[in-house]
Amino acid sequence: MRRTLFESLTHGPLTEAPPARDDAALAELARSVERAARRRLGRSLAIREVDAGSCNGCELEIHALNNAFYDLERFGLRFVASPRHADVLLVTGPVTRSMTEALLRTYNATPDPKWVVAVGACAKDGGVFAGGYAVTGGVSAVVPVDLHIAGCPPTPTQLLRGLLGLLEGGAAA
Amino acid sequence: MTQLTDIARGEQVSGHRPWPRLRVTPQTWRTLANEMTEGRATLLGLWGDAGEVHMAVMGEVPHDIIVASLQCPDGTFPSVGTLHPPAIRFERAIHSLFGLEPVGAPDARPWLDLGFWDVQHPLGARRPAPVARPTYEFLPVEGEGLHQIPVGPVHAGIIEPGHFRFTANGETVARLEERLGYVHKGIESLMAGATIARAATLAGRTSGDSTVAYAIAFAHAIEAALRIEPPPRARFLRTLMAELERLANHFGDIGAVCNDASFSLMHAHCGILRELVLRAAATAFGHRLMMDCVIPGGVAVEICPDGIACIRETLAELRQRFPRLVELYDNTASLQDRTVATGIVSAALARQFGAGGYVGRGSGRNFDARKDLAYAPYDRLDFSVPVLDAGDVNARVWIRIREVEQSFALIEQVVAQLPEGPIAVAVGGGSGEGLGFAEGFRGDVLVWLRLDGGRVARCHLRDPSWLQWPLLEAAIEGNIVADFPLCNKSFNCSYSGHDL
Repeated sequence: MRRTLFESLTHGPLTEAPPARDDAALAELARSVERAARRRLGRSLAIREVDAGSCNGCELEIHALNNAFYDLERFGLRFVASPRHADVLLVTGPVTRSMTEALLRTYNATPDPKWVVAVGACAKDGGVFAGGYAVTGGVSAVVPVDLHIAGCPPTPTQLLRGLLGLLEGGAAA
Repeated sequence: MTQLTDIARGEQVSGHRPWPRLRVTPQTWRTLANEMTEGRATLLGLWGDAGEVHMAVMGEVPHDIIVASLQCPDGTFPSVGTLHPPAIRFERAIHSLFGLEPVGAPDARPWLDLGFWDVQHPLGARRPAPVARPTYEFLPVEGEGLHQIPVGPVHAGIIEPGHFRFTANGETVARLEERLGYVHKGIESLMAGATIARAATLAGRTSGDSTVAYAIAFAHAIEAALRIEPPPRARFLRTLMAELERLANHFGDIGAVCNDASFSLMHAHCGILRELVLRAAATAFGHRLMMDCVIPGGVAVEICPDGIACIRETLAELRQRFPRLVELYDNTASLQDRTVATGIVSAALARQFGAGGYVGRGSGRNFDARKDLAYAPYDRLDFSVPVLDAGDVNARVWIRIREVEQSFALIEQVVAQLPEGPIAVAVGGGSGEGLGFAEGFRGDVLVWLRLDGGRVARCHLRDPSWLQWPLLEAAIEGNIVADFPLCNKSFNCSYSGHDL
């Protein structure tokens, strides 16, 4: 263990430069996020992830945001365990019928001001799973969505771009 | 040695490949259930169809596989679960999805249907669901000083949704009962009538972490049904993808188990290894998880010109970094204190349930579809299947560690032996039935399908988790609540793959 720890001290970090924010995502955001609320929260957002029916592909890439290469926390973004502590709900999946109520309750348990980011192709409109007896649809069919991050699944870089847009939206809006 | 076809006599269905499908009588159905109860056969899957139930069974040698089919003219079939507990959840799901009733079943509660759909029996004789959602009775637990802890469906963390009902006496878990189905997307219903291409897309999204394994199992089933042989180069590229997927998931899991024991150093370093694998996959095949890269008939993408070099480089780095992490795991007493003798699955249970992957192999069940069903090109590659007997969290971690080492060796062989040639053959229309397997990181994925005029008439996908989730309930008994995350992570069952 000593050798590993020592190397961690002497070797440079793996963390990479942040990607440019996603301008398309930003435009969507500017319409939906109030400047005042953003000022109140500053450059720090607590994120609660909600899987509303995903295949778990999106979860894998959201997990990757915490690894040494992407290091989400350096931007003041962190995942929290309870919707009560969250500013942002990061929602994946087509919303299944069986998760619709749970998603709504999670949303209602999140204090204002709050944002909802829908992650992945399924969260947009149900994706490949749209239309069945078991799927309600995209996230916006259940709760208001402020930002969509496309991809199946979106790469960690795409996720970062979208989330940075959420943070820095204030400057551009 | 007795073959299953000697026991289960019945009319063989033509056009079902590569193993036989037999139309059996209720008596034979019960005989098969009895064979499983006696430990002479293993249940691989049990699923519904229009007015019919199918059961995939493996005999005492791995290649001895049959699918037994039983007509249900009056909408009922003799319960297998009453004799053989691993069948119980399958039968509950058949009843919920198809309305076919297992007569004599020990548990008549619905499964997968949580009461949120507009319809009942969506794959069978549909009828409108009752307006009021029926209450679900959890199994009773009796005794003094017991309290219940309901957890989920929304969990604290980046995890899939499901409900766990703990009954604890102080810190000690007296019973855990799972209630799953929250991410049921109706995949099998969406597949009915779909083109092969559309169905392949859905199969690859049944459990995102095993997208390659699902795509391979689905392709195997299609290729069996249509008598197609994918080119050798495609077989090798599939294997390359499958082993990269296994590496990425095992690295992720080894780190995550340690993280749940509050040893985040391992988590951080394993996270780096996982990321290196995903980046190599993205370079080689254009997608980090390699979704939609395997298709029936071959593979969809040729490995990029730099792909081989990139994979070789990544492998060299992994080979250099990983042994130090293994040493770290092995020499950290505080970590071992959490994982050793925690969450034990007995060898008898693993065998009874036919549990695959590290859950089965950590508890002495020596089965790996790559070795035992030996689909190409694994029959020509040199690797071993690690098996341990302890059955605890530690054993499941060590199985992963040893499998990582085997995957290194497999990738080296594949890269060295990669044949030239085309990467796919055309998949035309046609009819037929196929059964396919692939060994994913968590165990053997089973796909069964019937094609009718080039379209999927019925497709069933059985995630390895079906036979592992019930064992988690057994593993946690007598452990403390605080060790549940550790046990759960050591299983890392798929919710989406199970819920369909």
